[in-house]
Amino acid sequence: MSALATSGTVAAGGYNFAYLDEQTKRMIRRAILKAIAIPGYQVPFASREMPMPYGWGTGGVQVTAAILGASDRLKVIDQGADDTTNAVSIRKFFEKTSGVETTTHTAEATIIQTRHRIPEKTLTADQVLVYQVPIPEPLRFLEPRETETRVMHALEDYGLMHVKLYEDIATHGHIATTYAYPVKVEDRYVMDPSPTPKFDNPKMNDCAALQLFGAGREKRIYALPPHTKVVSLDFDDHPFEPTKFDHACALCGATHTYLDEVITDDAGGRMFVCSDTDHCEERRAEGHRGALLGEAPAAIAGAAE
Amino acid sequence: MTNAMTDAPLLTAEAVTKFYGARIGCRDVGFELYPGEVLAVVGESGSGKSTLLKLLSGQLAPSDGRVLYRMRDGVTRDILTLSEAERRFLFRTDWGFVHQHAEQGLRMGVSAGANVGERLMAVGWRHYGKIRTEAETWLERVEIDAGRIDERPTAYSGGMRQRLQIARNLVTAPRLVFMDEPTGGLDVSVQARLLDLVRGLVADLGLAAIVVTHDLAVARLLSHRILVMKDGRAIETGLTDQVLDDPREPYTQLLVSSILQP
Ligand SMILES: Nc1ncnc2c1ncn2[C@@H]1O[C@H](COP(=O)(O)OP(=O)(O)OP(=O)(O)O)[C@@H](O)[C@H]1O
Ligand SMILES: [Mg+2]
Repeated sequence: MSALATSGTVAAGGYNFAYLDEQTKRMIRRAILKAIAIPGYQVPFASREMPMPYGWGTGGVQVTAAILGASDRLKVIDQGADDTTNAVSIRKFFEKTSGVETTTHTAEATIIQTRHRIPEKTLTADQVLVYQVPIPEPLRFLEPRETETRVMHALEDYGLMHVKLYEDIATHGHIATTYAYPVKVEDRYVMDPSPTPKFDNPKMNDCAALQLFGAGREKRIYALPPHTKVVSLDFDDHPFEPTKFDHACALCGATHTYLDEVITDDAGGRMFVCSDTDHCEERRAEGHRGALLGEAPAAIAGAAE
Repeated sequence: MTNAMTDAPLLTAEAVTKFYGARIGCRDVGFELYPGEVLAVVGESGSGKSTLLKLLSGQLAPSDGRVLYRMRDGVTRDILTLSEAERRFLFRTDWGFVHQHAEQGLRMGVSAGANVGERLMAVGWRHYGKIRTEAETWLERVEIDAGRIDERPTAYSGGMRQRLQIARNLVTAPRLVFMDEPTGGLDVSVQARLLDLVRGLVADLGLAAIVVTHDLAVARLLSHRILVMKDGRAIETGLTDQVLDDPREPYTQLLVSSILQP
């Protein structure tokens, strides 16, 4: 992050560096600083129109634009993959408007913008993870009034979060929430890590990297500074459990990663593969072999095949 | 009622007044409510009953006068000076509020168990099994089959909803419950059963209650004392039986005689 060094630079194509004008970036940086100062607190900001529709990560894009510097290396993932439409278009957007280097390798990136996943590789103090958030308000499920949820946060009036979990157990026998699983930040604010799978919740805790969350349509930014305490809400007799998979990755054999179920043909064939494609490819390059490696269609197995 | 603690009033209204612009909501109402005592507020439509109840429960700020409440720590506070956090804490621990329309006092989108358990979770209960057991106990106490704990209130009848609302309020053992027309809108037979239930609970739990009603039969059955309102003023107050059997004010006499009509 060397944003200040870039002020006023104009990239090829006549855009200001990283698309946003410097005044807007300063405004967003102020919101980010405030968010870092109050971990888990949703800071309102004047979200701008971006040349892409809401739901395409405009909040994350604005945060990335505000912190991006000329020497940064950017990685963009969607569902863990670098090659999905959304990830590709955001990566192209920043290549075009800032000219920064991009990468698909987690270890090489200084900024990683994501929707849904936290990379499997442990993040470091030199990295920033930027989340695209559709719905920042964890209390909305039971309390639609914004005026009321704000007061509830201010007063730490969080009984409702457990009402939601209670309802889950009453209905399903266990806490069935698997995405956007609410967390308590530094024993104070309840935060929605939306829309990441709960599998990734433990990675948020005590993470060395700075984590920034941007919600474009809802005009909110929130943050987890490095090494913040992040605890998933639960009951004493129904403790939080990250998703476990019964399978190993069919391509790299990993048993500790988040897996996607992939349909392999139109005859009902299916396999489970790492959702973090970079991590999976790296493991295969290191010689790890999954059960179906070699049989999987090239489109799924990818470049490392 | 021997020691000084219980001899002090739980709630005191001092010349409580509320104007809505130039219109009088209620004016100069004063009384003391003691622990375990039930006060009925009666009067015709528009006489200021709901306004008074909102003032007493801190949901509305008076234009003049004040409301004092003796907290669980024994300290008497002007409820207007409570912080929002303290006021909310009172509302989910020491106070209950039973609305005329159960839908206003319930979360219609979650199960009966979650409705009853909400206050427990709000005050820090974190054991699902214990919350559920407590909710079951309370459902049975208000005569709802515990087997229906996972149904939403939308699947309940009007009378059941009202009983669920009562259970949801009583689960934290409040000392004071406000009720605004708790039996309004229910069939007569359902009303009678609910009134019996409320009377039993109030006596068992030693609850103090302020019950707004325009039905003198409700006042007669539930309350120890009665406060008759007209045009925003408390025109007569006293022991319920005395006031209803021997009203002094002409207006109260009119009210009492009118309920004797078929
Ligand atoms: N929000 C408000 N704005 C203006 N006037 C109000 C408001 N609420 C109540 N009033 C007026 O204050 C007076 C007392 O109303 P209140 O609702 O307290 O009566 P009530 O005794 O509860 O009547 P009801 O039996 O119909 O419920 C009425 O004249 C009413 O029109
Ligand atoms: Mg009323």
